Order: sequence, then C-alpha cells, then structure tokens
Amino acid sequence: MTSKPGTYPTAIDIAVSVRSGERTASEVLEDHLARIGSSDAEIHAFNHVMVDEARSTAEAVDSAVEAGENPGPLAGVPVALKDNMCTRAVPTTCSSRILEGWKPPYDATVVQRLGVAGAVVIGKTNMDEFAMGSSTENSAFGPTRNPRDTSRVPGGSSGGSAAAVAAGFVPISLGSDTGGSIRQPAALCGVVGVKPTYGAVSRLGLIAFASSLDQIGPFANTVADAAVLLEVIAGHDPGDSTSIDEPFAELSPHLDDGVVGTRIGLITEMMGEGIDADVAARTREAADALEAAGATVEEVSIPAVTYGLSAYYLVAPAEASSNLARYDGVRYGNRVEGNTTDEMMFATRTQGFGDEVKRRIMLGAYALSAGYYDAFYGKALKVRTLIRADFQVAYEKFDVLLSPTSPSTAFPFGDKTSDPMAMYLNDVCTIPTNLAGHPAISVPFGAGDDGLPIGVQVLAPPRGEQQMFTTAAVLESAAPGDAE
Amino acid sequence: MSDATGTTIDLEKWEIVVGLEVHAELSTRTKLFSSAINQFGGEPNTNIDPLTLGLPGSLPVLNEQAVELAIRVGLALNCTVQPNEFSRKNYFYPDLPKDYQISQFDRPIDDEGHLELPDGTVIGVERAHLEEDTGKSTHVGGGGRIHDAGHSTIDYNRAGVPLLEIVGKPDIRSADQAKAYVSELRSILMAVGASDGKMEEGSMRVDCNVSVRPRGTTELGTRCEVKNVNSLRSLGRAIEYEAVRQVDMISAGERVQQQTRHWNEDDGRTHKLRSKEEADDYRFFPEPDLVEVDPGEEWIERVRAALPVLPAARRHRLSEASGVDLAKTAIVVERGLDELCLAAIDAGADPVRTLTHAEHNLSDERSLDLDPGAFASLVTMETGGDLTATQAKQVLAEMVSSGGSPADIARAKGFEAMDNSELEGIVDDLIAGSPDEWQRFLEGDTKVMGFFVGQVMKATRGQADGKVVTKLLNSRR
Repeated sequence: MTSKPGTYPTAIDIAVSVRSGERTASEVLEDHLARIGSSDAEIHAFNHVMVDEARSTAEAVDSAVEAGENPGPLAGVPVALKDNMCTRAVPTTCSSRILEGWKPPYDATVVQRLGVAGAVVIGKTNMDEFAMGSSTENSAFGPTRNPRDTSRVPGGSSGGSAAAVAAGFVPISLGSDTGGSIRQPAALCGVVGVKPTYGAVSRLGLIAFASSLDQIGPFANTVADAAVLLEVIAGHDPGDSTSIDEPFAELSPHLDDGVVGTRIGLITEMMGEGIDADVAARTREAADALEAAGATVEEVSIPAVTYGLSAYYLVAPAEASSNLARYDGVRYGNRVEGNTTDEMMFATRTQGFGDEVKRRIMLGAYALSAGYYDAFYGKALKVRTLIRADFQVAYEKFDVLLSPTSPSTAFPFGDKTSDPMAMYLNDVCTIPTNLAGHPAISVPFGAGDDGLPIGVQVLAPPRGEQQMFTTAAVLESAAPGDAE
Repeated sequence: MSDATGTTIDLEKWEIVVGLEVHAELSTRTKLFSSAINQFGGEPNTNIDPLTLGLPGSLPVLNEQAVELAIRVGLALNCTVQPNEFSRKNYFYPDLPKDYQISQFDRPIDDEGHLELPDGTVIGVERAHLEEDTGKSTHVGGGGRIHDAGHSTIDYNRAGVPLLEIVGKPDIRSADQAKAYVSELRSILMAVGASDGKMEEGSMRVDCNVSVRPRGTTELGTRCEVKNVNSLRSLGRAIEYEAVRQVDMISAGERVQQQTRHWNEDDGRTHKLRSKEEADDYRFFPEPDLVEVDPGEEWIERVRAALPVLPAARRHRLSEASGVDLAKTAIVVERGLDELCLAAIDAGADPVRTLTHAEHNLSDERSLDLDPGAFASLVTMETGGDLTATQAKQVLAEMVSSGGSPADIARAKGFEAMDNSELEGIVDDLIAGSPDEWQRFLEGDTKVMGFFVGQVMKATRGQADGKVVTKLLNSRR
C-alpha cells in the first residue's frame, strides 16, 4: 500500500471548520477512526486507540462550540501520542513488555496542554522500546510499517507517530527526540518533524530515556501545522526543572517572513562520506532553493560533530542505565517471580526488556563504572561542550544551518537489525543537535532514486525556532513535486 | 576502658579515632523533590505521590525550604555555603523507588566547617549535603533481615524525605566525645529549626567510622564503618566494642579489614555486613533532571542575619557573664535557661548562686517561664541571709510550679528571717543552759558545734540561718 501526504485536511483547516461550526469534532474524529480502522492493521502505527476517551473529548469540544466558547487553537483536531507520554488511566507502555498494561495516574504536561487547546487525543503510537532504535523494529509489539512503502521501516524511534501522520490517521502527532527520533522518521515517512530547543517543551510525564537529551516535538504534514502544535505544547512548566523560564517564540505569524538576507550554512561534515548521493543531491537543491529565495548559502565546517555519535552512545546509554533501573518489578509494571528479591528483579528485567534496551543498559552502566567514568562518560561530556562551542562559532556567521536529516531513504525491514552500528549511523546528522540542546526541523524535500521521501534538516541556535520555521516554510514551498 | 564484654584496652598505648556521619531529617513541610507531605508515622504508603513511587515520567523539583534549612545548618556549622549540584547514586534496592538516590557528590551545599563541644574542643566538619531518604522495609519471618525473610513489606512514606548528611572529620578521640558531638549537633539542628532531633524516630541517624592506632602515631588506622546506631548510648557502646575488637586483632598480629559492620543492640557486638571489595559501585553521575543550585550571597546573608545565637556562643556568653567555668554552663544552655540567668545576673543576682540554682533546682520545663526579676530577688534574698539555702530551694520550687514573688512565698511559708538580736538571746540562753557542752566546745571539741546548731534550729523551728548561728557561737568563745 502507498499513500501520499497532503491529501488530508490539515490541523489548521480542521480547527477552523470545527470552531466555525462547519463540522463537528465528532464527525472529524469518526473520519479518522474509520481510516485507522481500515488501515492500521497493516501499518500498526498504534499500540492503543483511545476510542471511548476520544469520543467523549470530541463531544466536549462540540458542546463548547455550541455554547459559543472558543475551544482553542486545536479545536477538534485528532492527535496521536508516542506511547512514552503518560496518559491518565490509559495504557502507556513505551512498547515494552515490562510496562505492558501499566496505566499512569496522571497526564503528561503536553497532554494537559493539548486538552486545553481543544485537541482530541486519539491514541498511543508504536515506538522502538523505550525510544531506543531508528526503525521501530525494536517494539515488543511488532514493527510499524512505512505508509509510503509498507515493505520498509518508518524510521524510529517515533515511527508510529510519523506513520500515523503519513497515513492520514491524524493530521498531527507528538514524538520524542533523543538523538533524531522525531526528525529521522519524519524524513523517512515524508512528513515534517521538529526537535525543539532543550527545555522548550516540558518533559514532565515523558518516560525518560536520556534525560539531558530527550525532547518532545511535533509531527505534521505541513510546517504551519507543526508550528501551531509546538506553540500549544511549548512554554515554561514549573514541574520540569530543566524547562526554560521564558515565553516561547511566536512561530505562526512569521511563517511567511521569507529568507531574504538569511545567512545559511551547509554543514560540510554531513554532506560527504556515509551520506547517500541522492540525499546529498536533494540537500544541495534545497540550498539552491533557499539561495533563489534570497538567502546566502555557504559551506561551513563544524569539526566536533564527527565525534557526536561516539559521545551520544556514552551519554544516552549512561543516563538510560539509571533511568530504566526503576523497572524492577517491585512497584508497578510486570513482575516475574523469583525465590528472593534479587532473583525477582533479575528475572523481571531479563524477561521484560528487549535486546537493544539490555545492550544500552550494559553500555551505560559500564561507561559510568568506577575507574572508567573519566575515560568514557567524562570524556563524552567534554565532547558535548566542544560540539556546543563549535556550533556557537558557526552561529556567529550563520542564522541557521542546513544538512540532510537521514543518510538514506527508508530501508527494508531487517536490513540493519543484525548490525547495531549500521543502525546507529542513521542518526549521525541528527545527534549533534541533541548533544548541543539546539532545535532542528526536518522538512520533506523531494525523493530519492527509489522514489521514497527525503528530508532536509534546518538547524538553529538555542531558542532560534522562529527563524528555523520561517526557513522551513520556504523549503516546503520550494520542494519538488511529490515523490513518484 | 572496656567494652560490653568486659574486655579492656590500654588507653595509654592506644588511641581511638572516630569520624561520624550524621543523617538528619529536615523539618520541611513537603519532601525534597515533590509536594508529598513530610511527616513521621501515618498509615503506610499514604504520604506518597508519583515521584515518591518513582513512577515513569515523574520529575524532581527541588524544595526551596530544604535548601534554606541546609544553608542554616551550614552557617551554624561555620561551613562555606556554595553553589552545588545533585548527582545520582545508583543501586538496586526495593525501598529505593527509582533504584537510584538523588544525592550530592562532587559539590555539596555546605563545605568545610566545624563545631565546638561544651568543653571547648573543636571537631571539624568536612561537608554537609542534601539527599533524599529511602522507604522503610520490614522483613517478615527469618531473622528480620532481607536474606532469610519470608516476605517483605515496604512503606514509602519516608522515601524522598529531605536528609542533610553531615560528614564529620576523624577528629573524635573517645566514645564520650562522640556522644558529646552528636548532642551538640542535635542542639544546633534544633536551635536553627532544621530538625526535631528525635533519634528514636530516626530523625537523626548516625554512622560511625572507627579506627585505632598506637598513641603518638599520626597515620590513620584502617577504619570500619558501623551502622544501625540508634541512640547515644548505643553509639558509645558500639565505638567501645569496635575499638576493643580492632586492638585485639592488631595485638594478635592480624590486620583490620576495611568493612561495613552492623551494631547489634541485643548482643552488644558489631557484625560484618560487607567488605570493601563487596561494596557497591554507585556509578555516580550528575542528575540531569535538576539544574545547579546557586543560593547567592543575598540569600545566604539573609539566612545568616536571621540565625539565633547558637549553643556554643551562648555557653561562652554565660561563662563570661558569670565567671563560671565554660564546661559548667553546658547544662544551663541545654535547658535553655541561659537567657534567664543572664537577665537575673544583670538584675544584680550573684552569678555563681544563679547558675547553681539553674543547674540543680531548675530541671522542670516550667522554669523557662520564670520571671528573671523574681529569680534575681530570690538569689539576693539568699545571699543577703534572708533565706537559708534550703529555704531558697523550696521557695524557688514554689515559684516554678505556681508563680508568685519570692518574698510572698517566703512569708507564706513562715520563712521570716530571724532578727540577729533575737537569735543572740537564744544562743546565750542555750550556752547558759548547757555548761558541760559549752566547756567541751571551748576545749576544742568541734563536734559539739552540731549539738548547738541543732538546738538553735529546734528552738527556732528551722528558721535560723545555720551560718549565722555558727558565727555567733564562735564569737562567744
């Protein structure tokens, strides 16, 4: 099966029609539920569809409209959530056996904000277990298929959320991005994906993978929809100590500002070895398109990004080894019994976690262990500082930077599962922004030789989302016709 | 000295070296990183919330009140209060909800200070850092330890309660000094309102590091850390037992192994928990869910300005005002009677008599309500000879229990001071009526003095001042 993005109503269109009374939220919801019903058996974007909850939310939105109230900027818009965001009394699994059946007693901050904005949360999407992976093949509940070519992966770890948007199950969704987990699947599924500045979106209620890197962000079919969704979920949350205590940028009013005079740097290190020729070609065409729209484009070297992957695979597993320690069978989630407490914990974790999760826990525990800390974790922190410094130098000369999002288009199932290193290399262009804490967006820009979507990444300095979105909007309008 | 088993060590040959780590629960309204209530007791698992249970997606937010109390304690212990950060201490244990403890590692809030014991000895404080408490496991069946228990229950009410771990330097040289250190620390914590200091409720928990070395040497011996010391008494016993055990080992030609040991109150011994090699690797790393804490000069100075006068300063103040030895002021300060004494002395009361009364006759808590002027009058009546020591004590007791002025109470009790001329007549009559006894007195038999004093007391129904009677008798010689 194949389907094309852009053929479904956008979130903005839906909200306008619901607010005006032209359509009801319930009608909108039923349309989307019907699409999920007919196609998700094949795609498997969802772990759990919240039919009853979504229907009562939609009814509440409709009542508000009838009462003459404004239900908010996302009035009646169906939204899917990656299954690592806590939803009260609704299963939240991280696509792991260890949390199968667990229902959080609270909503994540982003879920609360979606509710206030009038959105209708429709379900929880599949992912690589605990967000560890780049293909959604590491889900304990089976992989998600790429709606653009169901023989291929949707990317990951937020593969379910990307596929849900690409398949028209929802106009917008949320994913989380620790090393590229929003942008890479967005590129592979041909949709827009945003990783905001670290601290722009509250992590309260996001089940942690690597706390210093994790950030929630939007998927959408259009840059404008992604902007509205990000405006709804961003902003200070006193419940997250790493949340930025400043108002978030206005994005939507500036989408048509254009790029005349914008200084754009094309990252040299992300255009050579390891990047497929068609991906590099589309990225250069994107640069040309921006130049044609009035921007100046130059190549820029950011040497430290070449150490990004190595540093990431120390920092992220180290934090994960600690964040995932709590799944011990004592308080919640699945428990496998044993003769002693230690045996119970051991059995629970052995059976509850998949191979990739175990691999990273071991890597991380090793990197933090006595005598190795300085050589591994300590050094990775230094690389992080170095990457931040190199970006800072580049941003003195450039407003935004440009690179491919992923080295290749969507790959077939099983292609990289036996070689973790080949899988990890998928994130070589996305990881540096996470290490630096900066924002980046992936915008679809043409197709590869195989006809599958290619994404181009716009990177910006911390809290530079406004210019990043303006640039992305220009790219979106300049993108070649849909892939054939 | 000797331990519980009666074994002794020669303190002329051996020196005991002790360093204490005291965990104090801070008296905050809520927990260190969440809004769950911080309260002792209560039904199990009622003072909990998502973070207390380590639920997925929960995040810590630092309690400002805990930071404020940590600053107070830091300043009271003469520490430098510095920018600080939290780290994760990773280990698996069922009563540790996240299977890591948020603590401070490289950069504690309070650095390098000291406290002064009542006898003037200064004990160094290495650091004091904030951390969260664990839940409480109860092991049912077996020996009450996790390994042979039938099952275990966990109460997470205590999990996440703010602790300040105060790490003392190995400056302590005896079990008594260790007890004095803990008492002093407790007084300071209570004085600044940081903790209720209840050891029996676990508000203060002490781990002691004990080592021994030949007297005269400066190198530290291999230490053992003793846990489960739940009272001042067991602290003293545990240190003494442990010192004897180590000296015995060394004397027998063995080496002390670095170990963590468990004090058993019932058998009066320490037992090995684990060796250094078996210790957990805690894999510390900076807590990514929290940001650096920089209290800043302004906050620190505001806290400093609001600190009460601390026990050591109060002892010095009282000692200087009274001329009484520093060590003797300790009990008065501990009872909080120093302000009363200072005011009484200020009102003209004799300092030594004032402190003597405070030490011996004012253990009742209601003494704190005594009017300083009335207390001063009482002391002056006594030193002026209007009341005997015994009478003064009785009047003071009455003042404490029901209030009133000393003069009124003395009058009501019939403690009118005897006129000296009246007393002289009584004495002269007595001498005339007891010629034999008087003769013996004149010949130097001092024991007869008692007879005369007793007779005078009998004649005056105890109203006479013994000292005055003695003086009169001597003047008649």
